[in-house]
Amino acid sequence: MLTGDAQKFYGLLFGIGFSTLLITQQLTIFVNLIERGASGVYNVPTAKVWVMDPVSRTTDVNYAMPSTALDQVRSVPGVEWAVPHLRATAAVRTGTGDLEGVSIIGVDDATLIGLPKNLVEGSLDVFAQPDTVVIDDVGINNMFEDGTDPIGQRLELNDQRAVIRGVADAIPSFTSQVTLYTKYSQALNYVPGTRNRMSFVLAGISDGETAEGVADRIEEQTGLKAETRDELAQAGVDFIIQNTGIPTNFGITVLLGFIVGVAIVGLTFSLFIRDNIKQFGALKAIGVTNAKIIRMVAVQAGLVGFIGYAIGVLGTVGFLAAFSGNPFFKGFYIPWQIPLISLGSVIVILAITGFIAIRSVLRTEPAAVFR
Amino acid sequence: MTQTQSAPSEAPEREVAICARGIVRDFEAGQSTIRVLHGIDTDIQPGEMTYVVGESGSGKTTLISIMCGILWPTEGEVRVFGTDIYNLSDTELVNFRLENIGFIFQQYNLIPSIDAAANAAVPLIAQGMALEPARRKAIELLDALNIGDQANKLPKQLSGGQQQRVAIARALVHEPRLVVCDEPTAALDAKSGRRVMDLLREVAVAEDRACIIVTHDNRIFDLADRILVLEDGRVTHDGTEMPDDH
Repeated sequence: MLTGDAQKFYGLLFGIGFSTLLITQQLTIFVNLIERGASGVYNVPTAKVWVMDPVSRTTDVNYAMPSTALDQVRSVPGVEWAVPHLRATAAVRTGTGDLEGVSIIGVDDATLIGLPKNLVEGSLDVFAQPDTVVIDDVGINNMFEDGTDPIGQRLELNDQRAVIRGVADAIPSFTSQVTLYTKYSQALNYVPGTRNRMSFVLAGISDGETAEGVADRIEEQTGLKAETRDELAQAGVDFIIQNTGIPTNFGITVLLGFIVGVAIVGLTFSLFIRDNIKQFGALKAIGVTNAKIIRMVAVQAGLVGFIGYAIGVLGTVGFLAAFSGNPFFKGFYIPWQIPLISLGSVIVILAITGFIAIRSVLRTEPAAVFR
Repeated sequence: MTQTQSAPSEAPEREVAICARGIVRDFEAGQSTIRVLHGIDTDIQPGEMTYVVGESGSGKTTLISIMCGILWPTEGEVRVFGTDIYNLSDTELVNFRLENIGFIFQQYNLIPSIDAAANAAVPLIAQGMALEPARRKAIELLDALNIGDQANKLPKQLSGGQQQRVAIARALVHEPRLVVCDEPTAALDAKSGRRVMDLLREVAVAEDRACIIVTHDNRIFDLADRILVLEDGRVTHDGTEMPDDH
């Protein structure tokens, strides 16, 4: 019945598809966006434990420690290695005279731990040259919108000279701010001079140790705060959730998607039932039970729901594919939980609207077919 | 006014198709109660085409709805081939209708999204028969009704007469013992209506099957074996022909 009525069939497909698209796409953007609160951690894959001042909360919200903290951490059993890590912000003047806010990340001079795993352009050797900075690939779009090749470009960082000699393949930060990587010793020159400037100590763990165990030991022995990768990444995500209106805004959009779905599907379902009430009455008179009618409608609604759901999910995939070249969407993916949430929403939409619509069929007396 | 209502037989020679006794039906209308049927007693015999005729509001649709088990009487008893149908549970009554009664509706009420064969096969599918054998059996019947070549068409692709034949096939495909038709010619022109009634007489009336037709179409009264005339919820005539004053 339902699949044979093209108008209502496509109406339901649209309702389910649009609702699924809105829910899936918005949840995908939301999850990927808040995960960028953890990009600072994800960009440093080698560090198993991050040590910081007890008041520090995330990679971006940190309080500098005295340089002696590095030796304290190195002395803790289970720590295989420990390196200094600096994260600060600065204003940079570009060659064209523009002023841009940037993140400065100072990586260990000797090991370069703290750098993203891959460089898109240049090699690690460039750090041997004076005043070298490596820019993140998304940052290029912000700082060189006109397409200028960033390699070799000179910048002025707090009256200090910097030369871009490489491009890092990095996960953008939550704000997509330009990020410049340089050696720790060089970074100290770029950020305003204060007594303590070391933001973190990055630590590796010895064989047989767990990150949690070593972190606990560091906290006990140094009085500093030590977190594993996962803990600090989660802290970054939590910070965004707690301190921005993003969850509320995305939540409203997702809720609207659900409501739009209920409205369109409910209206179409009701029209379908109303238009076919005589046929349902005839089936009941013939001897088709309510249970069979419910099953019949449920199967058809399930089929329409599945197709609409598939269209919505594929629409989200298409959306991400279409915008994959946009730096804002770099690294975006659809977590497996999101299609499940959308599927659950579609099932709930169909259950609510189907229940409301089918009630009139169940209430219809078979004798009504003769009237 | 002729009152020749058939008296219930004490010892019928053959099984009565429908035995209705003291049928009363009231409808609530706001705060008042309207009595539509006033204690009707009648028997419907198998092998006959029985017409129930009367003006609009005379209670004929209510009567056949009660006789075929889709509307509960306020009072009275209905036995269909010996089964007291209103003593059955809801599920038993639904199954009884599915096994024993075929319906032909005024507006056909075919399912628009499935083809003629599937429509005709609905009772068989509802009985649990698999789709393909049910379709085959339905197509055989559509062939007998001379629309076998239309079996794969949707209802909207068929003429009114063809749709009525599909509806007849749906009513007969499961070989019911009682066929109930509501105004089967109302939506057809005189010629088509006559053809449909000839066809119904040919396929629906059988030795062990009763056929009740509700109609006010005087063009087909001559095809009836028996005519019950209802006026204001009472049987005012029961005979083989229409009374002269109608």
